Amino acid sequence: MFKHEWLETNIGLLTILTMLAISIGGLVEIAPLFFIKNTVEKVDGVRPYTPLELRGRDIYQREGCYLCHSQMIRPFRDEALRYGHYSLAAESQYDHPFQWGSKRTGPDLARVGKKYSNEWMVAHLVSPRSLVPESVMPNFPWLLTTQLDYSDIEDRMRALRIAGVPYSLTKAEYDANVKKFGKQTADMLDINKARQNLIKQAEDNDYDGDPSNISEMDALVAYLQVLGTMVDFSKYDDDEFVKYR
Amino acid sequence: MSASKQQAHVPQTTGHVWDGDLQEYNNPLPNWWLMAFYASVVFAVIYWFMYPAWPIAGTFTTGFKTITYVNNKGVEKTVHWNTRALLLQETNEAVKAQKPYFDKLSSMSFEQIAKDPEMNSFVLSAGKELFSDNCAPCHQQGGAGKVGFAPNLTDDDWLYGGHFSEINHTITYGRHGYMPPFAGVLTDQQMTELADYILSFEKYPVNPASAEAGNQLFHSETAACYYCHGADAKGRKVIGSANLTDSIWLWANVPAAKTIADKEAAIKTVITGGLNRGVMPTWQGRLSTDQIKLLTVYVHDLGGGQ
Repeated sequence: MFKHEWLETNIGLLTILTMLAISIGGLVEIAPLFFIKNTVEKVDGVRPYTPLELRGRDIYQREGCYLCHSQMIRPFRDEALRYGHYSLAAESQYDHPFQWGSKRTGPDLARVGKKYSNEWMVAHLVSPRSLVPESVMPNFPWLLTTQLDYSDIEDRMRALRIAGVPYSLTKAEYDANVKKFGKQTADMLDINKARQNLIKQAEDNDYDGDPSNISEMDALVAYLQVLGTMVDFSKYDDDEFVKYR
Repeated sequence: MSASKQQAHVPQTTGHVWDGDLQEYNNPLPNWWLMAFYASVVFAVIYWFMYPAWPIAGTFTTGFKTITYVNNKGVEKTVHWNTRALLLQETNEAVKAQKPYFDKLSSMSFEQIAKDPEMNSFVLSAGKELFSDNCAPCHQQGGAGKVGFAPNLTDDDWLYGGHFSEINHTITYGRHGYMPPFAGVLTDQQMTELADYILSFEKYPVNPASAEAGNQLFHSETAACYYCHGADAKGRKVIGSANLTDSIWLWANVPAAKTIADKEAAIKTVITGGLNRGVMPTWQGRLSTDQIKLLTVYVHDLGGGQ
């Protein structure tokens, strides 16, 4: 007959059974998400970040933007009115780690892309209160004056490739990307062309308004301007994504 | 608790004895607490049956509770309870409440909306929200704009026109300000003359000879300013070129410059470097046609008409 006293007097057994009880809780909550088929919505347009956007994302993390800004529009009416369509799981499928966040000191940034001009982004990052007087966001002036270090861009993409992001190294992977994303995007996802792609995107778009160099600002603005813009929601009924819940 | 009651409560021990004399009190939980605990267990079981709860293989238990909503195609659907369907249901209710206003809004012309007191107050309250969320980051709360960044919407100077249809077009499709740089094309002396010519419109005490030379240059093929700014220097709304004769400045902060030389320098900076800024994002897609229409009337109320 099982007696509670055995547990209380046997520290080894108590440890093992406690860990078992806790891991069951974790497994029940987390593991099914990997197996439920409908977790990630089937939706067109979502692609991994280009090399420049990827470096922008790194800077976003380095500067701790996620400490005040979430990237997760919840399916609430007030958030829909302010930010737009609720975020889909599919939209962060290439994010490692995702930037959903939970501290909402600043506005949610999940759909900030194309909402403001590049010029606004630059002026606002350098000095937020010059444009939004009541803002409590810190100034980030060094982004504009610091050269972007992209010497290890290939390594960064290779690391994400191991995590499952479809950046291509081989011809076969490239061809698969062409099929999945189209040639233009597939070219951007080619690790072998990462450096030239990064330079070209920065020069073509000149995000920071200074064409003479590629600054960290170029990368960060490129990243911010693509957030939430990949899915064209006008192509879907407004209840298209209900069935995934 | 009274003293007598406290004395009456003599705790029992569990009967366990360790190390010869170490005993353990047995203080059972109060009954009300136990009942609440069992009630919450029962509640959890009911909850599992009502709402999405347990994962099974590749799917999950969806629960008995349902939500009925109408999608944008007008099809009524009933699905298991979930937050996305709940959002649609709540949106439907809110849309229904605002529908009379938005129906009226889309059926009326801009002028009718502006004249109708009821619609106008709807525009003011709903437009304020939209403006704060979407427009104020550049044009500032109240629409006063920012010199060197975004135009003032409360004055009578409208780069692309201040009539309803023009404002509506600007909001829908966005704008991109452009002026070619004249560095290398014009000498420093020539730019000073042009700056003096422009300053002379505001009756600043500039050198009249220099201003006259600027006048010649403005209308010459060398500088060809009149191509875009017009022969009268009043700008052309079709391309958004600025009216240089009013005292309203967007890029060169002339009013803030103290001396004439500073004012000239401010204008010369713009002539030298040109402009490839003043980008207003396109709002179609982010805002609905009706929302843009509402904002048009709101912005027009701020100072449109010219």
